[in-house]
Amino acid sequence: MNFDRLAVYELFAEYGGLLDEGKYDAWLGLFADECQYHVVPRENHQQGLPAALIYCDSRAMLEDRIRALGEANKYNIHTDRHIIGLPRIVAAAPGGLRVEAPFAVYQTDQEGEARLFATGLYRDQIEAAGGRLRFREKVILLDNFAVPSLLATPL
Amino acid sequence: MVTAAIWPALDYSRVPYLLYHDPDIYAEEQRRIFRGKVWSYLGLDAEIPKPGDFRATYVGDTPVIVNRDAKGEVHAFVNRCAHRGALVRRELSGNASNHICIYHQWCYGLDGGLTAIPFRRGIRGQGGMAPDFDMSAHGLRPLRVGAVNGALFGTLDPDAEPLEDYLGPPILAQLRRLLDRPVRVLGYNRQRIRGNWKLYAENTRDNYHASLLHEFLVTFGLDRSTQVGGVKMDHRHRHSITWAEADTDDDIAQQAYADAGVRSNFLSLQEPDLVTFRPERADRLNLVVTSVFPSSVFVQISNSLAIRQIRPRGVDEVEVFQTMIGYADDTPEMNLHRLRQANLVGPAGLVSMEDGEAIEIAHRASGPDRDRTTVIELGGGGVISDRDYRVHDVPLRGFWSYYAELLDIEPAGAVR
Repeated sequence: MNFDRLAVYELFAEYGGLLDEGKYDAWLGLFADECQYHVVPRENHQQGLPAALIYCDSRAMLEDRIRALGEANKYNIHTDRHIIGLPRIVAAAPGGLRVEAPFAVYQTDQEGEARLFATGLYRDQIEAAGGRLRFREKVILLDNFAVPSLLATPL
Repeated sequence: MVTAAIWPALDYSRVPYLLYHDPDIYAEEQRRIFRGKVWSYLGLDAEIPKPGDFRATYVGDTPVIVNRDAKGEVHAFVNRCAHRGALVRRELSGNASNHICIYHQWCYGLDGGLTAIPFRRGIRGQGGMAPDFDMSAHGLRPLRVGAVNGALFGTLDPDAEPLEDYLGPPILAQLRRLLDRPVRVLGYNRQRIRGNWKLYAENTRDNYHASLLHEFLVTFGLDRSTQVGGVKMDHRHRHSITWAEADTDDDIAQQAYADAGVRSNFLSLQEPDLVTFRPERADRLNLVVTSVFPSSVFVQISNSLAIRQIRPRGVDEVEVFQTMIGYADDTPEMNLHRLRQANLVGPAGLVSMEDGEAIEIAHRASGPDRDRTTVIELGGGGVISDRDYRVHDVPLRGFWSYYAELLDIEPAGAVR
């Protein structure tokens, strides 16, 4: 099937860029109307256990989480920096793609100290509709499942 | 070394910051508390159902193996070779008929006994161990194991009181309630917090912070201090049960928070399943946090059920290791409901993520000035007792009273 590889790269670049700028509502716009977002500890994935750190099996749940982050939750004051590796197209079919991409997220605190906060693999279903690509499903396999401090802003 | 003179108040309402920061005190805690006469949660029967199944865990910072032998009996022992002190079992879980240290291949049975030493008799009569080397005296250091409805506990002190006496009737009743039917493990999560382990242990006993730090609870109506609730302790006040009942404050909640000047936008979610409590028993309890001294916590928040181990990692760091559970007979709908409500707890938990930050800022700012103290006086000072209201932090003083007893630093005339 023909697909625009550059458009896939742009989707991931937008994904990391919007998160690092804290533009979470715009980031939500990269997801399809029906979508899922899960952060899964590698420990559970390897043992075939279903529990996730973040389990949003609908767009409503993902939007609720972003709203809670703004309205209710308190967390470490920090800057995120997503380093996303080149996406690997695993499968391509009419209307959609399966894509994997390795990622690392560094967090820098208010006093300028950075640390590796998260690293793992995005395993995504991407929908091609209306001339644009959006995430239908994003499963984030978290390699460093001993989460440093806490996980608030999206990976 | 620290002495009884450290306490500025006899009712443990003042805790010197030194206790959270001194490496010598940390070492003493490992020796007198974790390797002493306490019982620690090790894991679940359901995690090692078959003969040979094992899991690696910790008691304090001591690595421990729990396994099931060929006869179905559970054993636990320190995961440390009797030869050179190496970790014997490196994997976190699995199934095996014995445990062999990779360093020199000393071999241990599922009861922890030493069964084989390579080249024990040497080669051609030369080398090897002395003929009188006593294999039976060089097994893996055993723990005594006890269980409450499939929750496995261990102690390194052969003279520790029986598990049921250690827990006491109210705690036993709560564990039997939570584990009143066979469980299914849904998964694990871990959180590494840059703070002393006791800050986390206190946090699990602190009812006062819940609806103030964790604004999600109030904002989305899951748990408020205005609900009917309180705390119940064992007769030594070393353990605590924080409890609350669902739907008991609709009339007073908003006004109470407004009167207190606490931010309280009462909002609703697009997906209410996340905060919908589906009663599973005759009682109305929708929040129960059962904290067992020193480091085991059994948690029900709505329909999310979990068991936490507080794993100290030196004086400045703690890992919270959490096992998410459901019941073996959960319907697919209930299973999905629990996976959704798992969003509430853990390192990314909508009602728990703040604990990581609160503990880190408390640890950071308390470090430099170690003879100053915390203030633990919500619900009043003096004698430690159960409360049937929620704005208090009384069980923290219970924690410290037993802590002082085990470290042998109880002041004369202590009020407990």
